[in-house]
Amino acid sequence: MDPHVSDPSAPLKGGPSKKTEKKLAKEARHQVISFVFMIFLTSVAFLTVASDTIPNRFAIPFILLIAVVQVLMQLYYFMHLNDRGNGWNNIMLWTGIFVAVMTVPTLMLLIGVIKF
Amino acid sequence: MAQAEQVKHDQALPPYPEKATLEGKNKFLGFWFFLGGETVLFASLFGTYLGLRNGVADGPTSQELFHLDLVFYMTMILLTSSLTSVFAIINMKKGNYKGLLGWMWATVALGVAFLSFEIYEFWDYTVNYGLGFTTSAFASSFYTLVGTHGAHVLFGVLWISTLLIRYAKTGLTLTNAPKFYTASLYWHFIDVVWVFIFTVVYLMGV
Repeated sequence: MDPHVSDPSAPLKGGPSKKTEKKLAKEARHQVISFVFMIFLTSVAFLTVASDTIPNRFAIPFILLIAVVQVLMQLYYFMHLNDRGNGWNNIMLWTGIFVAVMTVPTLMLLIGVIKF
Repeated sequence: MAQAEQVKHDQALPPYPEKATLEGKNKFLGFWFFLGGETVLFASLFGTYLGLRNGVADGPTSQELFHLDLVFYMTMILLTSSLTSVFAIINMKKGNYKGLLGWMWATVALGVAFLSFEIYEFWDYTVNYGLGFTTSAFASSFYTLVGTHGAHVLFGVLWISTLLIRYAKTGLTLTNAPKFYTASLYWHFIDVVWVFIFTVVYLMGV
């Protein structure tokens, strides 16, 4: 990161360094692999529901688990949350998820589908 | 414009062009604050939908409405559009501006395809099944949740195409790199929300 950036509207020329290029190639490979895996997980989720042999008691927790795995892959491989220097971003997102996880059951209980 | 007459000194491509300036860094951080808030917004809509989804009144139920094949195509389109925007950002980091623009246009095209499917779906439910917004509690919460996501897709399509048109000829700069980067983050977030929509709304509602 160059602190002496004089004109941010000047076109950036040249390519990445050899080291960056290697890193980018590796990143792209990881992303394609996780994309294939995401497509696979999605297909599994659809098949689980489409085939009538699997009981709902098992299918619903299973597809929810698959969704969580897929979302984590999106967040860390596609949205780069695993990169260095993303501490605050992680904190913001996980705070949001923390509130979300409490919001959903609260609303479900308040509106009254689940009764204890 | 007077700017065009100024001599611009080309700069070398930094490893993270989207975070090379303080403004870019702040945009990037601020955008994650926004995404944390969006998570909570969608959580409240999901909670409402899950609370109301059995309140179908005299209207059609989700079992009568949902077609898995349509949802499967929509899911594949949106997942693929996430990959194209990842390719766009990789090209940005390589300094390949044409590649960035091309993959971003592909993302926009897939977004439009997704939206067309969704509009067809809503039209089908309203006209062929008589599921209006006020037909039942299920209808209201369904249209609100899925419609809010659809509105986000529409906003993303408009946002990215605006960037693509505005910066069609400038080349990659430290000004527009963070803009393209946050747009791609937003697009991935739309995809993340859709993963829960297809699971919680459609797969659990069939």
